[in-house]
Amino acid sequence: MSLGKVFGLYTVCFLGVTILIGIAERLFGLPPRWIGWIFMGLSLGIYIVIGIITRTSNPDQYYVAGRGVPAVFNGMATGSDWMSAASFISMAGALSAQGFAGLAYVMGWTGGYLLLAVFLGPYLRQFGAYTIPDFLGARYGGNLARIIGVVAAIACSFTYLIAQVTGVGLIVSRFIGLDFSIGVFAGLIGVLFCSVLGGMRSVTWTQVAQYIILIVSYLVPVVYLSYQLFAIPVPELTYGRVLQTNNAKALEITRDAKEKETRALWKKDADEANAKIKMGNINDNEADKLKTAAKTATQQATAPATSDDAKIGRYLTVPSGVGMWNFLALTFCLMVGTAGLPHILTRYYTTPSVREARTSVAWSLFFIFLLYFTAPAYAAFARFVIYAKLVGTHIAELPRWVTLWQPAGLFDVVDKNGDGIVQWADFVVKSTDFVVLAMPEVAGLPFVITGLVMAGGLAAALSTADGLLLTIANAFSHDLYYNVIDPSASLTKRLTITKILLVVTALVAAWVATFRVAIIVELVAWAFSLAAASFFPALVMGIWWRRANKTGACVGMIAGLAVTTYYMIGSRFYGVSWFGTQTIASAVFGLPVGFITIWLVSLITEAPPQPVQDLVASVRYPKSGQAITGDPLGRDLSAGAH
Amino acid sequence: MADLTEEQKKSYWRYNVTLTTILLIVWFVVTYLISGLWAGWLNQYSFLGFPLGYYMAAQGSLAIFVIEIAVYAHLMNKLDLKYGIREEG
Repeated sequence: MSLGKVFGLYTVCFLGVTILIGIAERLFGLPPRWIGWIFMGLSLGIYIVIGIITRTSNPDQYYVAGRGVPAVFNGMATGSDWMSAASFISMAGALSAQGFAGLAYVMGWTGGYLLLAVFLGPYLRQFGAYTIPDFLGARYGGNLARIIGVVAAIACSFTYLIAQVTGVGLIVSRFIGLDFSIGVFAGLIGVLFCSVLGGMRSVTWTQVAQYIILIVSYLVPVVYLSYQLFAIPVPELTYGRVLQTNNAKALEITRDAKEKETRALWKKDADEANAKIKMGNINDNEADKLKTAAKTATQQATAPATSDDAKIGRYLTVPSGVGMWNFLALTFCLMVGTAGLPHILTRYYTTPSVREARTSVAWSLFFIFLLYFTAPAYAAFARFVIYAKLVGTHIAELPRWVTLWQPAGLFDVVDKNGDGIVQWADFVVKSTDFVVLAMPEVAGLPFVITGLVMAGGLAAALSTADGLLLTIANAFSHDLYYNVIDPSASLTKRLTITKILLVVTALVAAWVATFRVAIIVELVAWAFSLAAASFFPALVMGIWWRRANKTGACVGMIAGLAVTTYYMIGSRFYGVSWFGTQTIASAVFGLPVGFITIWLVSLITEAPPQPVQDLVASVRYPKSGQAITGDPLGRDLSAGAH
Repeated sequence: MADLTEEQKKSYWRYNVTLTTILLIVWFVVTYLISGLWAGWLNQYSFLGFPLGYYMAAQGSLAIFVIEIAVYAHLMNKLDLKYGIREEG
């Protein structure tokens, strides 16, 4: 049976089961918790079965899925590898809170694929190694470049991994009420079954299956809501009108007397809390509580438009001055970071040819595009629902989705001025994640769709965790152990070490995640700047400039990382500020430093040896009739495989 | 296939560099000018009910990125064939 048929059948079966659960819900009143359990068990079961079927111990299969993944499927795998718990659950909510400024994420996380397509993807495939540090090692002759690559890969991937594991725990605990840490470990079983048994091969096919669940579950609620409101099932077309309605309502809310009264009460709360903090003589714990209270009150006291006679609300306002600089800088860093993240780059080693690698980047972005151009629609619909269906209702007659989701602690409705009517300022958002999580209920869909959304969120978190885990384990076992410490290790020994490291890394990530450190979410955004400043300049120069040499690349990567890290830590903790740039856009300084350093240092030091220059030249022209496999330096990587 | 001659290599690479440059210019204009610096000004126009600047940042630019990569893959794969490069994976 062809791959297309297998995954087509799988999709039909999955939808069939979803419909069956829906029927069971309607006929027998299947309780929500059961539906949650069924979806979790079913999807984890699918991933485990794929893991078992595709198990392998052939090194080409284990590291790069035998370089046999067709473009379309690699595109889907990249899509789910890329779209994390944050893209699935948090992005729409962040957009609804930030408005235009939030679009930096939408553009940054898609536009990076153009850089990947023209600068890196096809050339890395032509080069044909196993990992990104492999390329650095071969191109910049020796272990130093490789080790810097390993350090950077782990720095980018590990915090990112913890965030995914945290995402798994949150989803499981929210939907089926399991304890957070038990949820984390349950999710890890799904991840480990795939990666340990079959490496890249299992991860690839699991990711394809995860993409299908992820995209279906993301689109269903918002497509249905669009159909309900406008009789057109294409939310991407209809939300233009929603934006206009929202804007008119935002201006109205800004001028409304009752709203002003409510905002004034919040303002008073904020001032009181701030005054108490200033007075001092309170312990740290109380001070933290007051700060949170002041922040919430300030947020609630802010009107949706800047003044009574404004023409557009804050939501649609395009930032200017420093705001615009930060918007552009963040977009740039996210784009370059996207093109530099090792767990994404390795996916293009798995296609059968350079041609397929090129086509595959196009498919990847198409599959990612489907979600990202829907996210702003989610945001607009969520805002619409609150404006049109919540604001103005009686406090005793709240809509169903509010009473259902309020206990989850994502938002609160308080009658601040005691008039019995819900004002916009009475709706206190604690986590914007409610936008995606509550959307099925908002649209009046049965709980089975909420269960589907849970399966989608789980798929998004697990698929990204899979890719990251493999990247980290390979960095330790293939790059550090095999290439640096013991090049004579047998294949069996290497694969055993990889498998042990996968389990250890997963357990460490889960253990760290159980501490619930708040800064983790923030660190994920840092990963993009780190990848942008370390990998991108060294990889691009290595492919596009023959003269780039070992010293240049090593000094350049370290300089790029150092400047970025300095600005990140400085701006986040010690008040350093260059042009008012925000912390997450730190690579806007590190990246140019990286490029210039590689260029200058390479020029003043010796040109790379002839074989390396020939290698750079050969990467430019796809070869006929010879698929490049194994090690570019000619060592027999499969020693001991037979 | 015989190896490409030096001349062929040069013209193959020149085509690639030109194509890459054009795509990057489009990428830059769409992202940083149309969806960035000029977005506020463009918002006075409306498209499908959207303010135009917002539309470009939320949907237009994304669609253009997808098309750009598809064009790149298509043209480069065609170029390979023209130069007799047929990989066997």
